[in-house]
Amino acid sequence: MVSSPTPLKTPLKGSQLKSDIHSEWCPGCGDFGITNSIQQAIAGLGMKPWETFIVSGVGCSGKVPHYIHTYGMHTLHGRSLAFAQGAKLANPNLHIIAAGGDGDGYGIGAGHFVHAGRRNMDMTYVVFNNEVYGLTKGQASPTLAQGAQPKSLALPNPTTAINPVTLALACGYTFIARSYAFDAKHLKETIMKAIQHKGMALIDVLQPCPTYNNIHTKDYFAEMVDVGGSQVPRVYYLENEGYDGVVKNPNDINEVNAKQAQCFEQAHKVEDRVALGVYYQIERPTFQDILKKNIPLLNEFTPVELPYYDPQTMIANTDLSKAAADFTI
Amino acid sequence: MNRTHDLCWMIGGPQGTGVDSSATLFARSCAVAGYWVYGRREYHSNIKGEHSYFQVRVKTEPVYSHTDPVNLLATFENSTAQLHAFEIVDDGAFIYDPKVTDPAKLDLKPGVLLFPIPFDQILEEIAQATGKTQTSLSIIKNTIAVAASMALCQLDISAIEEALNGIFTGSKAKLVSLNMQAATKAYEIMKNNPDTAKFNYVMEKPATVPAKGSRYLLNAAVATGLAKLKAGCRLQTYYSITPAVDECIYLEDLSEYGLPVVQCEDEIAAINMAIGGGTTGVRASTSTSGPGMDLMTEGLGWAGINEVPVVMFNYMRGGPSTGLPTRHEQTDMLACLFSGHGEYPKIVMCPGDAREQFYDTFKAFNYADRYQTPVTFISDKLLANNTVCFPKFDDSNMKVDLGVMAGKDAKFDENNIEAALQKFPRFKITEDGISPRALPGMPGHIYWMTGDEHCEYGHITEEPEIRIPMQEKRMKKLDLAAREILPEDQLVVHGPENAPITIVSWGSTKGVILDTIKVLKEKHNLDVNFIQIRLLSPFPVDAFKKAMANVKRAVVVESSFGGQITQLITMRTGIQIEHEVLKWSGRPISETELVAAIQEINEKQSRKVVLSYGL
Repeated sequence: MVSSPTPLKTPLKGSQLKSDIHSEWCPGCGDFGITNSIQQAIAGLGMKPWETFIVSGVGCSGKVPHYIHTYGMHTLHGRSLAFAQGAKLANPNLHIIAAGGDGDGYGIGAGHFVHAGRRNMDMTYVVFNNEVYGLTKGQASPTLAQGAQPKSLALPNPTTAINPVTLALACGYTFIARSYAFDAKHLKETIMKAIQHKGMALIDVLQPCPTYNNIHTKDYFAEMVDVGGSQVPRVYYLENEGYDGVVKNPNDINEVNAKQAQCFEQAHKVEDRVALGVYYQIERPTFQDILKKNIPLLNEFTPVELPYYDPQTMIANTDLSKAAADFTI
Repeated sequence: MNRTHDLCWMIGGPQGTGVDSSATLFARSCAVAGYWVYGRREYHSNIKGEHSYFQVRVKTEPVYSHTDPVNLLATFENSTAQLHAFEIVDDGAFIYDPKVTDPAKLDLKPGVLLFPIPFDQILEEIAQATGKTQTSLSIIKNTIAVAASMALCQLDISAIEEALNGIFTGSKAKLVSLNMQAATKAYEIMKNNPDTAKFNYVMEKPATVPAKGSRYLLNAAVATGLAKLKAGCRLQTYYSITPAVDECIYLEDLSEYGLPVVQCEDEIAAINMAIGGGTTGVRASTSTSGPGMDLMTEGLGWAGINEVPVVMFNYMRGGPSTGLPTRHEQTDMLACLFSGHGEYPKIVMCPGDAREQFYDTFKAFNYADRYQTPVTFISDKLLANNTVCFPKFDDSNMKVDLGVMAGKDAKFDENNIEAALQKFPRFKITEDGISPRALPGMPGHIYWMTGDEHCEYGHITEEPEIRIPMQEKRMKKLDLAAREILPEDQLVVHGPENAPITIVSWGSTKGVILDTIKVLKEKHNLDVNFIQIRLLSPFPVDAFKKAMANVKRAVVVESSFGGQITQLITMRTGIQIEHEVLKWSGRPISETELVAAIQEINEKQSRKVVLSYGL
């Protein structure tokens, strides 16, 4: 029978979610912070590691499942969401966290990114956004600004950058947030919110690449900037500025329009500062909800549980006669 | 008037005018009357307007192919008349609408009997009787053409009513009486025509009429759909492509069986989503055609190195590139065998007809689970679209094989979290290459997967001491499959022993080859047998060599330019087959063509016969 996963009575510590594999990332890489926050979030929510499935693509970020002690799937470049959605469709009781880089998710995987939003599958997608392709020596990723020239580029970047937040908004993501790799508390809390959200959640995580991105470095994010003559931290929190991205009534078209417009405007603000937080959130039927309406049996069984054979004899016992009636002569 | 036991009927028209439903009605009516039928569907890559046609061959015994000249052509529009009139045999018949077609302007053989039918007049009478407009009834022209044909062949009109009852069910049931009004009128017109008695192809009654409900009339797309439900497939993904989409739409419509069918953004998503499903323990599959398979190969390689069960169905069509999107060809074989970079064990199956496709589809899921590897299943446009009559498939004793599973009874004990957190050697090196499987969700069996080479737990490694045995372990599964898969599922020899000619082939040519063997024996007293290769990987090397040991003259038959099976046989066995019958026009090989080709090879020892008949 369909049952929702229940949390552990005694939650684990984040450290119990570290695997015994030594990380291959460069010293100072933002990937450490993100991995740690994912572990903290899983522990914080009391999730069972064996019911948690981390799915990644290819690149530095692709290695993240190996460092977390849950079931893990390190897939193909750009394809993590396709694999992840298949796993979720088959066993909706699994908590699926897809994780990947900006090239992986917004470049080669852009098609899947778009359609995962349209489906509103109930899962979390964490994108490690460092604006470069690290594992192939620092080429421009889809989020690097036009004209930007990190030290690894021979010429300034000739193409414009995509905006992950508004792209996700356009595609139908129902939870869209931005966080920062070295803001452990905010990142952990944002991941927890995303996991708890019922629907397709994107967290675009800004992340320094200490080896190839000498523009948006750890120091850059830590700097103070001048706003109206006063020095304020570069990184700030939307919620502290009175911004509320959560749609309270999804059926109120005016509220939805207003929240979407606000999200678009905030995501495109041209400023020296970096805004973290939930840009947009709404409750919409998930792919699973709709599937259950179309296929009533799925209200009783998940696909992986739906029986089709006698366990004693292993004989397949689906009765085909109804389907076969149409062409029986 | 003679009697025949073998009739080839054709109907044609612009796409979208009901050519398919007309042929379905004719085929079903004949089947209901106790005959065996084979229906061949030809259509353009276009939605409405281009020419499509459907041939239905009717026999008193099972039949698996079409013949070239037709005995009876029925049409209610002029393009079919112009295109196909020359194909009618010299004592055949032509049913047409005199309002749109002038037979004097057609390339008809002199003896062809002409049967003008006043299609519009019949529609008008029904329109008046029912108060409907004539335009809204125009689709009924198909029924009129079918009824006229049935009358000509002296088949009972009650078969049409029974067939209509089978086709129009549920909310459409009220269409039966409307269609029967038209059928009755057309039937009467033909019965009253004095020329009807001159028609030479009056169907002989079958010696034994099969019991009602004992047969299926279906195509392989439907057969596979059924088998997927039976095999417990629980995730079907696809990206729309002809002709694979037929199977997917069929399954989507059977939602009461609980199978989610997901239309994906592309074939890359389709295969990877299916693999994602496969990792969690559901039986998952995707269906595509050549261009889609090209896109899927990266995913198949991932499933190969991660030992994930998944089944990919490739319904071949004309290639390369978009090629002939709605036409038949058998040219993806080598691509299926060699797709994907690097080396991983592939099981590649190739059924020869809809019946085999039903049983093989079920087995494909068993093989995927047992050998924990992707299975490529090759079908084609001919099998997907052509309807055949078979005795009902027996699905009463089909056994599910899930392979070796670990941790099925794994329970979570809240007091023993350490045990629940245990990791599991998912890719354990074993003697036969099979590692026990556990699934995400099972406590105490945590493991990882990666497209990189990996250790037993699934973590990345580049160490030769792991790479060497790990690759060996995976590839060993092919040896095991070769030993375990039933011999008859690998290779079958049909026909008499010690024949002077042996046909070697695979896939959908099976039907025409079996029919040809019969004709060559009955009409030309020539013994021919047939080695049907049913498993392409692992290739049945020993069985093939054994079957070839006493062969006098071997001929490969294939719908391709290059003779792909000829190449594969040489590669796998060193045997070089000298004779080939090839066709790459996009149209399937007919019995007429193959009979002539084999005779030519027998008499003239021709090395290669190229076939090209058909529009």
